[in-house]
Amino acid sequence: MDLINNLMLGFGVAFTFQNLAYAFGGALLGTLIGVLPGLGPVATIAMLLPSIYALDATPALIMLAGIYYGAQYGGSTTAILINVPGESSSVVTAIDGYQMARKGRAGAALAAAGLGSFFAGCVGTIIIAAFAPPLTELAFKFGPAEYFSLMVLGLIGAVVLASGSLVKAICMILLGLLLGQINTDVISGVPRYSFDIPELTDGIGFVAIAMGVFGFGEIITNLGQPAENREVFTKDVKGLWPTVADFKQAFPAVLRGTALGSLLGVLPGGGALLASFAAYTVEKKMTMKPGEVPFGKGNIRGVAGPESANNAGAQTSFIPMLTLGIPPNAVMALMVGAMTIKGIQPGPQVMTSNPELFWGLIASMWVGNAMLVVLNLPLIGIWIKLLTVPYRFLFPAIMVFCSIGLYTLNNNAFDVYMGAGFAVVGYAFYKLGCEPAPLLLGFILGPMMEENLRRALLLSRGDWTTFMTRPLSAGLLIAATLMIVVVMLPSIKKKREVAFQEE
Amino acid sequence: MKIKSEKDFWSGLMFILVGVAFAWGATTYSFGSSARPGPAYFPFGLGVLMAILGSMVLFKALTFEVEGGDKIGPWAWKPLIMITATVAIFGWTLPHLGMVVSLPILVVVAALAGDEFHWKDALINAAILTIGSWFIFIWGLKLTIPLWPSFLAG
Repeated sequence: MDLINNLMLGFGVAFTFQNLAYAFGGALLGTLIGVLPGLGPVATIAMLLPSIYALDATPALIMLAGIYYGAQYGGSTTAILINVPGESSSVVTAIDGYQMARKGRAGAALAAAGLGSFFAGCVGTIIIAAFAPPLTELAFKFGPAEYFSLMVLGLIGAVVLASGSLVKAICMILLGLLLGQINTDVISGVPRYSFDIPELTDGIGFVAIAMGVFGFGEIITNLGQPAENREVFTKDVKGLWPTVADFKQAFPAVLRGTALGSLLGVLPGGGALLASFAAYTVEKKMTMKPGEVPFGKGNIRGVAGPESANNAGAQTSFIPMLTLGIPPNAVMALMVGAMTIKGIQPGPQVMTSNPELFWGLIASMWVGNAMLVVLNLPLIGIWIKLLTVPYRFLFPAIMVFCSIGLYTLNNNAFDVYMGAGFAVVGYAFYKLGCEPAPLLLGFILGPMMEENLRRALLLSRGDWTTFMTRPLSAGLLIAATLMIVVVMLPSIKKKREVAFQEE
Repeated sequence: MKIKSEKDFWSGLMFILVGVAFAWGATTYSFGSSARPGPAYFPFGLGVLMAILGSMVLFKALTFEVEGGDKIGPWAWKPLIMITATVAIFGWTLPHLGMVVSLPILVVVAALAGDEFHWKDALINAAILTIGSWFIFIWGLKLTIPLWPSFLAG
């Protein structure tokens, strides 16, 4: 069988000593930068691009891929431990993961994230190997109208997540979308809302907003409260491992997350991100078992589902890059850049012209995932030790990492000032009872959404009905509308308010 | 007219103001047409939509009674100003004075914002974090972060 032969070839390449070493190095470095808030895989891969001149194409790409999924994993660690999502795709992990950590169940949360990710990674690897061609066909069917509708659905899904008023949550999404408009218009090249500040013509950094609002803003909020009801962790840490009951709850969530993530990852445009949000929404819609912790209070399914989904999505997002040469996100764009540096033209011909690279990369994804579990499960104990550090030591440390991270984004103090500004904004949001997570999502999807909207309108000659006449797009929009209607239904509205009520 | 929910009143006002500001700002760019949307098309629509939804929030805040009035409560001015200022100061001191000076300032001033400040703890913390950051960022990751003040490194 082709699949077996191809995978054999791949594993033959992946299991050479040199490639194993690079996969390990990449995964380790990726975890480290993922744990450090603000230092993302994009920045790291960009910094490392010059150094791969000296390497062969296969080990170079294996290492870069290792950094990518290592960072996905490490990002969820900070989301769980200090409520600062290291990567955009772990924003939802923070919701329940951080609550679990506060209740002394950080170990269970980290293990669920790790094992779920590993399972999803294994499945993702097989899917890439088996379904790359047919999945590519599906992605072909997506035009700009479909992408726009998909993003609408994703954003509405995020609203269902937010606590409190639905209208306020939609407003926060819009605010995020608007902040994303501060950039240079892709189509006409006009700088917008930049007030002649050169740094603003490139747009506000995602990291500046995330760190300002979630990092600094949270510190201000905590310090503003009397020491006794501060958001700190319970001292009694209940076991490093998930219980049998945890496994029973988490496993179906892992399966659902993996399936969803594998599908959504193929779509260009933040596959892992949409996947984790969609998975969280799905988990919340599932009926609760008696005695289960409500969502937003530390439900293990709220960690396992999205984490599996974003790992599966991260994995399958290689499909459009490897088969079409279209990078679905910034990291993949850099991977394409790295391939070009090595003289390989990304596209459908890679599979046939460089089979050992193609299948070696796929096999090393599995190897890298296995290494991550080996690397991270023993480290859980160390991460948990971090939580017992008193807050007066912890918050200056968070500030140090965030501030240095902000500076190193562009080696420029401007991002640090932006972070300081968003600290004030973040505290204001807290005071006004506005949930910041939807804002972040809107901000990330904003530019993509605009581009697709404008392209869709261009293609339909200004006819807005194009979103409803194309069946796939119509289906996605109807799903989004249904979600709003369902949330607005009085009976569910009441339940949702109860579920989100403050302690 | 009485404010029934303070939080919603002010957030509604914020959404309206920001929405109007973005929509108004968009008028300086070319709007285009639906068949050929210009750079102002999307932000203008978003801004207007946000202002409309913001007025809904505002309207609700003025009409529906909320238990306890949804008060905003006192602002934590001390941490707000100190944390923000610390970060901003760091933005200036790092490129000029290097990590060796700017990090201890960051750590000590940030610690002052808390209510359990001890000089000894803050100084120990500053030393550990400065050495640790040097180890991770400069030695380990080889990032180009200035270590010493620029007039010394010359």
